[in-house]
Amino acid sequence: MKKFNRVFTVIVLLFLYTPMIVLAVASFNSGMDIAVFKDFTFDNYGELFKDGVLLPLLLNSVIIAVISSLIATVIGSAAAIGIHSMGPRLRSFTMGVTNIPLTNPEIVTGVSLALLFAFVGTMMKINNILGFATLLIAHITFNLPYVILSVMPKLQQMDPHLKEAAMDLGCTPAQAFFKVVIHEITPGIVSGALMAFTMSLDDFVISYFVYGPRFVTLPVEIYNYTKKPLQPKIYALFTLLFAAILLVMVVMNLLQERDERRSRENRRAFRRKQVNV
Amino acid sequence: MKSRTLAAPYLVWMALFTIVPLAIVAYFAFTDSQTGEFTLKNISNLGNYMPILIKSIWLALISSVICLIIGYPVAYYIAGCKETTQRFLYMLVMLPMCISFLLRTLAWVALTEDTGIINNLITALGMEPLPLIRNNGAVVLGMVYNYLPYMIMPLYSVIMKIDKRLIEAAEDLGCNGANVFKRVILPLSVPGVISGFTMVFVPAVSTFYISQKLGSSGTTLIGDVIESQFKTAYNPNLGAALSLILMVMIFICIGVMNRFSDDEEVITV
Amino acid sequence: MSKELIRLVNCQMAFDDEIVLDDINLYFNDKEFLTLLGPSGCGKTTTLRIIGGFIKPTSGDVLFDGVRINDVPPHKRKVNTVFQKYALFPHLDVYENVAFGLRLAKLPEEEIDERVTEMLEIVSLKGFENRKVSQLSGGQQQRVAIARALVNRPKVLLLDEPLGALDLRLRKDMQNELKRIQQAMGITFIYVTHDQEEALSMSDTVVVMDKGRIQQIGTPEDIYNEPKNAFVADFIGESNILDGVMLEDRLVKFFGRKFKCVDAGFEKNEPVDVVIRPEDIDIVPPDDGHLCGTVTSVTFKGVHYDTIVDFKGFKWLIQTTDYNKVGSYIGIRLEPEDIHIMHKSEYSGMFGDYSSYSAEYDEMDDPEVYLEGSSEEAEESAEGGEDEE
Repeated sequence: MKKFNRVFTVIVLLFLYTPMIVLAVASFNSGMDIAVFKDFTFDNYGELFKDGVLLPLLLNSVIIAVISSLIATVIGSAAAIGIHSMGPRLRSFTMGVTNIPLTNPEIVTGVSLALLFAFVGTMMKINNILGFATLLIAHITFNLPYVILSVMPKLQQMDPHLKEAAMDLGCTPAQAFFKVVIHEITPGIVSGALMAFTMSLDDFVISYFVYGPRFVTLPVEIYNYTKKPLQPKIYALFTLLFAAILLVMVVMNLLQERDERRSRENRRAFRRKQVNV
Repeated sequence: MKSRTLAAPYLVWMALFTIVPLAIVAYFAFTDSQTGEFTLKNISNLGNYMPILIKSIWLALISSVICLIIGYPVAYYIAGCKETTQRFLYMLVMLPMCISFLLRTLAWVALTEDTGIINNLITALGMEPLPLIRNNGAVVLGMVYNYLPYMIMPLYSVIMKIDKRLIEAAEDLGCNGANVFKRVILPLSVPGVISGFTMVFVPAVSTFYISQKLGSSGTTLIGDVIESQFKTAYNPNLGAALSLILMVMIFICIGVMNRFSDDEEVITV
Repeated sequence: MSKELIRLVNCQMAFDDEIVLDDINLYFNDKEFLTLLGPSGCGKTTTLRIIGGFIKPTSGDVLFDGVRINDVPPHKRKVNTVFQKYALFPHLDVYENVAFGLRLAKLPEEEIDERVTEMLEIVSLKGFENRKVSQLSGGQQQRVAIARALVNRPKVLLLDEPLGALDLRLRKDMQNELKRIQQAMGITFIYVTHDQEEALSMSDTVVVMDKGRIQQIGTPEDIYNEPKNAFVADFIGESNILDGVMLEDRLVKFFGRKFKCVDAGFEKNEPVDVVIRPEDIDIVPPDDGHLCGTVTSVTFKGVHYDTIVDFKGFKWLIQTTDYNKVGSYIGIRLEPEDIHIMHKSEYSGMFGDYSSYSAEYDEMDDPEVYLEGSSEEAEESAEGGEDEE
């Protein structure tokens, strides 16, 4: 059974990576048709770096992702701490609100924000309200729940007496928070921020409804592109992105593994020493 | 200052950008696009879109079930590996999601087209090309492919957290491998199944890109209709009405599924 | 006692390169209450898990009724386990938890119902059938775990620190309860604990373990009265342990004085460890004493006073019902039967000196043991998992 599952897992992983392989191969193809491999070439990569459109769009995506995830992290972490100290009724109400953007289909969130912005636009007589600000607001909105959901568990795992202990030892509530509590929830904040960043970087559906022609992100542009014939330099861009992400992930994994092995060895050595005393 | 006031900015934000927009959706759904007066026209119009809505639900359900069948063995296998292997495999499952899903869907188009990679291979082998694209199957393939990680993720984290001593206790009380799975692991992974199911179903039922690229005019989904009302047909009132229906339907589905998960009888398979 | 049921022959267990059980030879009799006692990391839980079938010994044999069962999986063994922290199935109610094993055995519904009801009555949980296990108190969960194991009528019940998570009062009640159940059911209990008092009060046989080895096997009285080495003497109760020389049979010399004792069979002039239990020592006026010293500390303990007395720089613990002021000069008398002689061992010189006495000695043991116990358990199971890979 275990063997079957192992083979099955490998097959599923191949399934998940097939498109990536197709894209990577296509990025070295000199022909325009993705299905026919003509000649091996680096031209697409050359094109990519000469291109004046794609890279600025990527930069736009990164800008939106960085700013929105930072703001969402600040508001969301504060909210998580606030929610944590709420009574049960208020808390379940707030968590219910938090769940709305999570369970709502993205298209509904996108549509609702588009309608809101259109409404505000008519009210304030701004003609083309859609742009950087509307994108940013939309991204912060869908990022917030992810931050809250990764900070909340850390707060719940935390020893409730930790803060009291700090205050008992002379901290003001604010000091207790910055000296003690924040250390406990930092991993949650970091992972929330990372999750928000990736969500925001790759978001297409919501952005598609609230972007304006003055500020376009890469996924939106790709969608617009795909209505026309796709240029192979896009494959080159994503092959590079994929390689970069893969590299970062593998390195992080290896580092973590090394840390763990080291601490395990330390522990074992310590125990052996104890036994020998 | 009470620390719960820290949640105030968040609550204000959510009120402005989640609750108010949904209220506006409801407002648009019940007003006329020309006159701005109250009307039930948009809602009553939904009858025309019923077949599309049903088709969307049907395809999304099939995709969710397939994701569950494929995802469970994978999640189960990963959860049983050594810790370092677990982390590595989990990363491999999540990694494809970092790449634009538009492009990955396009890659499937390239694979399944009539003159695509797979059919080129088939014809090179001297066989007839297969109709792989522009049908329901292709749309389901696109959904399964795109949302499979969302199924594996919650299943894995639930299975991984099952206390190993419970498995030992079951063995101690007379379970062989298959019985341990049937009587302990499977019932305890029900919460993961439910949340995985929701995480696949919701985006699948509302997608508008996958069906455009892999489907045909016969596989138009509710998401496509909503998108076109806003982007090409310019009837936001009808689009709002459809969105409202979609949203209500999904909340009902989730409610029903959560009811299932509370019911002990359903869990013991 | 009755016939032998389980035997461990030269069992050794190693995780990676770390030996946790070293050459264990041990047998368990039918209808016996046997306790594996030792500090955390001594190998007692590993021994239990070998018997339960959750891990296989690296070398050596496990025999059940004379048949080798090393390769028999847990679900085919006539042994059931009460797990540390219970491991109750959270998705089932009390009734279904108890019925779990019977359903697997495919018994008819009436018999299942009969046996579960009867068992719940035995553990005084009648009326709790439909409760969720998460709604039960620690003591009730404990009893469900016992019922769940016993309802299968195993020949042997393994209990892994089953009372560790309960508070003191409940622990005392459950000790009596367990002993009663064991006698009523007439089956073998193998009980793992680090609590020496628990071991002494419940067991027919106590096996003291440390560092993966058996230190002593015996009845509770044997273990207490005739400890084999300094470790056992110190771990079971309180002991003053002194260096001495065995001059001849029934004559030992320590503190520069000769004392009569009841032990024999040592080499002539063999260096030995001398154990004197604090409650055996009689305090007398200095003139009548074998030894004289100054009281340095007195702690009221309820039934008695813990009195620390300095004899030429070596501090003894004496438990007495008489109050002696700090600073008073007193004498003590030692009767021959108060003096226990042990061979020197690797533990000699490590225990039995009360120079760093703390009034908290009892309580001090526990938190440390708990902390280590839990981390040890986690690591053991993690390593066990790796082992199977």
